[in-house]
Amino acid sequence: MTLPTTAAAIRRAVASGRVTATEVCRTALDRIRQVDGVLNAFRSVDEEGALARAAEIDRRREELMHLPLVGVPVALKDNICTRRMPTTASSRILDGYRPPYNATVVERLESAGAVIVGKTNCDEFAMGSSTENSAYGVTRNPWNPERIPGGSSGGSAAAVAARLVPLALGSDTGGSIRQPAALCGVTGFKPTYGRVSRYGLLAFASSLDQIGPIAACVEDVALAMTVLAGHDPRDATSADAPVPDFAGGVSDGSLSGLRIGVPRALISNGVEPDVLQAVEEALTVLAGRSAKLVDIDLPHSRHGIAAYYLIATAEASSNLARYDGVRYGVRGPNAGRLLEMYESTRGHGFGAEVKRRIMLGTYVLSAGYYDAYYRKAQQVRTLISRDYDAAFEQVDVIALPTSPTGAFRLGERTSDPVLMYLADVFTVGANLAGVPAISIPCGLTSSNLPVGLQLTSRKMDEATLLRAAAAYERATDWHERRPPIGA
Amino acid sequence: MSSTLAPDEVERIAHLARLSLTAEERDLYARQLTAVLQYAEQLREVDTEGVAPTSHPLALSAPLREDELRPSLPRNEALDQAPDADREAGLFKVPRVLGA
Repeated sequence: MTLPTTAAAIRRAVASGRVTATEVCRTALDRIRQVDGVLNAFRSVDEEGALARAAEIDRRREELMHLPLVGVPVALKDNICTRRMPTTASSRILDGYRPPYNATVVERLESAGAVIVGKTNCDEFAMGSSTENSAYGVTRNPWNPERIPGGSSGGSAAAVAARLVPLALGSDTGGSIRQPAALCGVTGFKPTYGRVSRYGLLAFASSLDQIGPIAACVEDVALAMTVLAGHDPRDATSADAPVPDFAGGVSDGSLSGLRIGVPRALISNGVEPDVLQAVEEALTVLAGRSAKLVDIDLPHSRHGIAAYYLIATAEASSNLARYDGVRYGVRGPNAGRLLEMYESTRGHGFGAEVKRRIMLGTYVLSAGYYDAYYRKAQQVRTLISRDYDAAFEQVDVIALPTSPTGAFRLGERTSDPVLMYLADVFTVGANLAGVPAISIPCGLTSSNLPVGLQLTSRKMDEATLLRAAAAYERATDWHERRPPIGA
Repeated sequence: MSSTLAPDEVERIAHLARLSLTAEERDLYARQLTAVLQYAEQLREVDTEGVAPTSHPLALSAPLREDELRPSLPRNEALDQAPDADREAGLFKVPRVLGA
């Protein structure tokens, strides 16, 4: 018997008793064992815990069958705290760390009947666009192992693309869910800032970070959102707003009356021809579903990367001050005095990109530079947000490529930080403005690498976004294409 | 904006950030951070006269709650992950701060 592969289908099969949660869990664990030697998508796998949880679900099926993710195997990015399970954010400084508490999203997933199978590789502290900044080795793209999977949630995207798990969580500070989802040919969703609790997410840039799901289809992303979204008193930035029925909204098929804005000037430069062509074809499909395409302008978005990297690094330099070798993590060698201990711990424990960003952030916040860099970037952030507000007066959804290129080669950009940062050119805007955005598969390049279409909507209007994405998906089969490793 | 970072400036920032750097790292970061800052210079073109800075995407409130006792992390669990601790006394241990 073939087991179902999507989260929604697994849930139905487990709830009805057609398959057991244990069978589903064993299949996921077997797949991980078979192919993760090549991919390195996982940082740690909790076989024992996952099988125990699956057995419990099978034992209590009658009682738990109504749960929205009953029996669904889930992987978590390794910057999400799991009680007594390793949580390293792919950094040496947290080698061996086992948090004393669960992130709110972990509690929500477990309450919803999910089976957490393990933690996925990422760029160290979510800082990167290729997963090459992990202290524990790069993750490879299932479509081509010589290519990067994107980042920073590269392990989560690769795990879903290779069909190791149907659902994984990532975190998105400047595109870290959407860009790897695009480059691995899966669906990645960054909710509105504040929609999902960040309690227990190892903070990178607190005004930008947001947790979200990666899955193989829009239906699964919507299903996950019904579980993840909602107010959390333990996160002061969590929005106290009503949570719509994300999954219910998806079933409505027509896009009649929907206005989709296309920022022509923004995408006229620097987009690989294959990517642009795939996105143009996707727009034609959306128009074919009765959506109205409208040219719009986001004039300040071309400064998004510059503003983003000043703001994100400033916040990171403050957030990462906590890794000082005192309360958790690995203390550095040659620790004579306290000050030397701090410098040694951080000098040895952090990798090159994290140190680079802490230094940039420290510099832009330091006396004499604050106004010229940090404050200026925050003002440009205001202008970028206003552009979105103005655009959403005219349209309901904005369409962009997720990434300007397909997956690049391992090592291709590691020596040039600015070139690496430009991978996020179309994704940082949603974080700066706090709006939700989704990346869905919309084509393959001539080198057989996935292309992602990014859709963005107004704050708290995830339902419209998911409806548009689901309608596109129904009209195409790009989300069903599988990489050689996931076949 | 001054957009060139000299190696001694990098050293000063590293000290502010409590990062030990090798000489090689210092020189590499001087070059790379200079490149990033030069890229960021484009922000100078943007007219931001009178524009309020955004520090946060949501209008945040500061909700109040009753000052009631709630369970928090037990001390032994808080100490459990420390690189060095006196678990009986309930203390994190650090190298000396003052003196020779």
